[in-house]
Amino acid sequence: MKFELVVNGNPVLIEGNPMDRLLDALRDKLDLMGTKEGCGEGECGACTVLMNGEPVLSCLLPLIQCEAAEIETVEGVATGEASAFLERFVSDGGVQCGACTPGIIVTAWALLRDNPHPTRQEVQAALAGNLCRCTGYEGIHRALGRGAADE
Amino acid sequence: MKAFAPRSLDEAMVRLTEDPDLRLLAGCTDLMVGEPEDRLGLPGVLDLRGLSELRRIEWHDDALEIGAVTPFSQIRDSPEVQKSFPALAEAASKIGGWQIQNRASLGGNMANASPAGDSLPVLLVLEAQVVLVGPEGTRTVPYREFHLGYRQTALGPGEIIGWVRLPKPPENAMQFFRKVGAREAQAISKVVVALLADVSDGRVSEYRLAAGSVAEVPLRLTEVEKAMVGRAAKAEIANLAGHLAAQAVRPIDDVRSTAEYRRFALEQVVRRMTLQLVRRVPE
Amino acid sequence: MTLLGSSPPRPDGAAKVGGTLRFGDDLPKEGLWYGATLRSPNPHARIRGLRWNPERAPKGAVCIIADDLPGPNGVQLLDDEWPVLAEGIVRHVGEPVAVVAAATMLAARQALGAIEVDYEPLEPTLDLSAAANQESLYTLELRSGQVEQELERAHLLVEGTYHTGYQEHIYIECQVMSAWWEADDKLVVEGSMQCPYFVHRSLIHVFGLPAERSVVKATPMGGGFGGKEDFPSVIALHAALLAKACDHPVRIAYDRHEDIIGTTKRHPSVVTHRAGVDAEGRLQAMEIEVVLDGGAYRTLSPVVLSRAVLHAAGPYRCPNVHIRGRVLRTHTPPNGAFRGFGAPQVQFAMERQMDRIGRCLGLDPLEIRLRNVLEEGDKLPTGQVMDESCSARLCLEKAARETDFQERWQHLEAKRRAPIDGESMQGVGLSLYFHGAGFTGNGERVLQSVVEAALLEDGRIEVRTAAVEMGQGCDTVLPMMAAEASGLRPEDVVLAPPDTSRVPDSGPSVASRTSMVVGSEVAHVVTEIRDRILDWWSNSQESGAAHTVEDGVVRRGNGESWPFRELARRYCETEDPLVVSRQHEPPEWQVFDEETYQGVAYPTYAFGADVVEVVVDPDTLEVRPRKVTAVCEVGRVLHERLCVGQVEGGTLQALGWGLMEEVKLEAGHYLNDRLATYIIPTIKDSPEMEVHLLERPWKGGAFGAKGVGELPMDGGAPAAVSAVENATGIEIDTIPATPERLLALTSAHRQVPSGPQDPKRGRRPGG
Repeated sequence: MKFELVVNGNPVLIEGNPMDRLLDALRDKLDLMGTKEGCGEGECGACTVLMNGEPVLSCLLPLIQCEAAEIETVEGVATGEASAFLERFVSDGGVQCGACTPGIIVTAWALLRDNPHPTRQEVQAALAGNLCRCTGYEGIHRALGRGAADE
Repeated sequence: MKAFAPRSLDEAMVRLTEDPDLRLLAGCTDLMVGEPEDRLGLPGVLDLRGLSELRRIEWHDDALEIGAVTPFSQIRDSPEVQKSFPALAEAASKIGGWQIQNRASLGGNMANASPAGDSLPVLLVLEAQVVLVGPEGTRTVPYREFHLGYRQTALGPGEIIGWVRLPKPPENAMQFFRKVGAREAQAISKVVVALLADVSDGRVSEYRLAAGSVAEVPLRLTEVEKAMVGRAAKAEIANLAGHLAAQAVRPIDDVRSTAEYRRFALEQVVRRMTLQLVRRVPE
Repeated sequence: MTLLGSSPPRPDGAAKVGGTLRFGDDLPKEGLWYGATLRSPNPHARIRGLRWNPERAPKGAVCIIADDLPGPNGVQLLDDEWPVLAEGIVRHVGEPVAVVAAATMLAARQALGAIEVDYEPLEPTLDLSAAANQESLYTLELRSGQVEQELERAHLLVEGTYHTGYQEHIYIECQVMSAWWEADDKLVVEGSMQCPYFVHRSLIHVFGLPAERSVVKATPMGGGFGGKEDFPSVIALHAALLAKACDHPVRIAYDRHEDIIGTTKRHPSVVTHRAGVDAEGRLQAMEIEVVLDGGAYRTLSPVVLSRAVLHAAGPYRCPNVHIRGRVLRTHTPPNGAFRGFGAPQVQFAMERQMDRIGRCLGLDPLEIRLRNVLEEGDKLPTGQVMDESCSARLCLEKAARETDFQERWQHLEAKRRAPIDGESMQGVGLSLYFHGAGFTGNGERVLQSVVEAALLEDGRIEVRTAAVEMGQGCDTVLPMMAAEASGLRPEDVVLAPPDTSRVPDSGPSVASRTSMVVGSEVAHVVTEIRDRILDWWSNSQESGAAHTVEDGVVRRGNGESWPFRELARRYCETEDPLVVSRQHEPPEWQVFDEETYQGVAYPTYAFGADVVEVVVDPDTLEVRPRKVTAVCEVGRVLHERLCVGQVEGGTLQALGWGLMEEVKLEAGHYLNDRLATYIIPTIKDSPEMEVHLLERPWKGGAFGAKGVGELPMDGGAPAAVSAVENATGIEIDTIPATPERLLALTSAHRQVPSGPQDPKRGRRPGG
């Protein structure tokens, strides 16, 4: 079957099984390798993408439910208004190995877009579905604690 | 594979009547976990997420209706739910993480019929009614009669879970929800407890208690309820409530916890909720 | 102006936040086939029959079993005892019995169904108590002084037995490896690994290839933590065997479940202490027995045990010490390298033992440690005399001061004894720890690490090492160290990719050694290239005058200046290619006797002290760490942000190990075999962390840096558990300290003593 969706602003046509994972379609058919598989069962958040603006897990998302959806991956987020935040995310130590990073960037940006100055608790609530094994999360708090824009 | 994403309930019923083997899709947070062969080998799927009747939160008569595929994030943030059913709002906020809450739903929780479904004890104490939509029309089943056994429900062939009806709770009744998991988020509960209770004229006038992950299905703990209603609202009854709750369940040892701990945690949580009730301490 | 200690942005940062960095499974897939592994369902069984039925498999699929191997059936680590594929006998659940490849992942999985195996189950040895009577995988012993005699004479004898559990690495990027064969029978392997030359050695061993016909390329790693030290050699061999058989490039990418059941973990341990102390609580003698569960094969267990034995007595002064270590063999998956490498297990035990000794004497955790802390001039059990870089007291006092530790601990002890129903229980705990920097014993001498630098035509200097970026930041720090030493800018240095055809064997990226060992050699070779160019320039100018180099600019006394890269470019135009290489030599005073375990096991040690504050739910015994104050002395801070990040990340891993992460086994099967059941901390479970970095530069090199990668793994668990004890009064000798375990200990009436013990009673029974 064919599914029409918009990925990072571009209309795309994806052919596949209705129960194929969006994660695999992004990686194998659209060469968007930023979206990572960390567990394949909705525990780690590495595969997070925005679907119609909301963070969802692309490993749990069948293609049939992506029809007509607007999907934004880390590649899309990174080319948008997030650049100041991304730079700070690096300099504040939010990144080490980088495997969880795309999912964290996507979720964090979804938070900051709605709430440019989140509290520590709000950051914890938003990112509770994104596991990081390197940073102890403190670098992530440092970066998000300074808000969405460079001020 | 056949795949349908109907835009109306009628269309969905037509598809399902033609092909009762279609697998119903809600948030897919459970279905998509597991071996790829299983999901790719399904005979066909019917996506319910496009049905507006199944994605809504609104009052009808004296009950709040919540569509079966309404994501938990919407339930969590709904002022109506927060005001009248705070235990449900709390449960919704404790399921998975943000991403899971954006997809998972009451309908999915109910259809999975896991003993650990976080929202299920809440539905029990709220005395939710489940509205099932079938080819012949709708029928309404109390939630406690819907969940029949381990991963078994009363959903008939050709039926879908349409929505739940939550009757307006008694005025002033207190609601409690507590999930005990291995961590603060992204956890499957070791024990999950919901209580709806009230005190009037110094006596317990209402006491509805339910727990999950302590038996094959989430349970209403009726023995505790019977023992509590009518008692003087004093701190001493909290110990009894906890003790009776622990007696009423048959938890197991498994990968997530031990029977001993589950019984202990249930006892302590019920005790604490009951203490808060008699002291009218909001959670 | 010095670069070191500043925090320039990591060069890989932009690609990582933008999602453009390609990890091992992100590389192009043209023509690629996929590998899958058939694993043993039995912990111990004889393979009576093993048959591949190609007619039942997808067309073209290939299968490899042990009989098909072209050479020895052994992964080459310390020895080659670990089979590439089970041969005749399986010794653990999940052991690879056969591997298959097909054109798609689903076809490969389907092909597994075309293999028939007939097992005859044998009696398995499933736990340490069963293994205790059998032959050990490895044993070690270390003695100093007169232990038995001094234990007899001691004022008080304190005993304890301490248990630690498995830990799974949970690097977010699972194991992945691709292999293909090029013309002239040249093998290329590319994937996620900490040690390209370990993989290289195994490939040569099994395929009998000359070194240059095996090429190993390490991709950037999505986390390693030791988990990609030993295991990548296994999966590389599987991929290479399959690629040969099907004549396609083959990729094996484990999913999370397979990664958990199939790869090595941190060794579970049982450590038994008998300590004799005087009336003031000073350690007089210690007898320590360390037992590690090695699993089915030896892997790197002997070196893990070695580090365990060498850290078992902690950063404390004790004149009489006897340590025995054993790795036992069980029919469970082999355990292997994990950040800390045996030191976290033994230091958990030592720290718990110190708390217990303190309680027996009525001393708080700070006081008992202050009375025993290792200082300059003191001797370790190996006889090594601590030099001026010993900073245990500095760390301990700083951590206590920053947190008002003593006062708060006493206050919370009192509060615990007068509990108020419903109020959460609070506790504060302390740990003191150290970590030997670099390879153990003569490891560096045996390794003979080589680093190279070459001048590029554009005037930059290419540094060639086998160090691999796994998040720790070597790609940031190595150029900084080169720049610091040479006066060039970090951007004048370019790192060659860790590809065995392009870089020499500078050793594995393990043991907190990359900055200290590889970094100091990088500084040397880059400086040597600079000097050669300056010499040439001076000569060609016929000036002979001295030049200075700063910030990439060469200056002469008369005020003339040139960008270094400009001079270097001119050099390339006229001169022969310039390549410099250098082999690492440990300091000559670093001599260790592997027979007696006496001498200098590590040239220096990094030290740390943690204070962990916890809140315990009075109803459910759920433990939440709220704040950690970590004081770490690492010699010299090379990059502050990265260094702090190592401490924060390592500390959370330690808290996870101590409080939450658990693998239960049933009949040799891991029950916690998915990320839904193997629980690691989320951001909601993680405490606020305050890191204080202290510096006492070590004289041995690398600008004084001692290595920080593993240090923070040693302190978090004992401090957290000590805090739980402070909060609840439950005496805890086993981790993880889950609520279930706390409840079981409560049921068993395991409470801390209410006051000092009567020494005439002689001893506190162990757990």
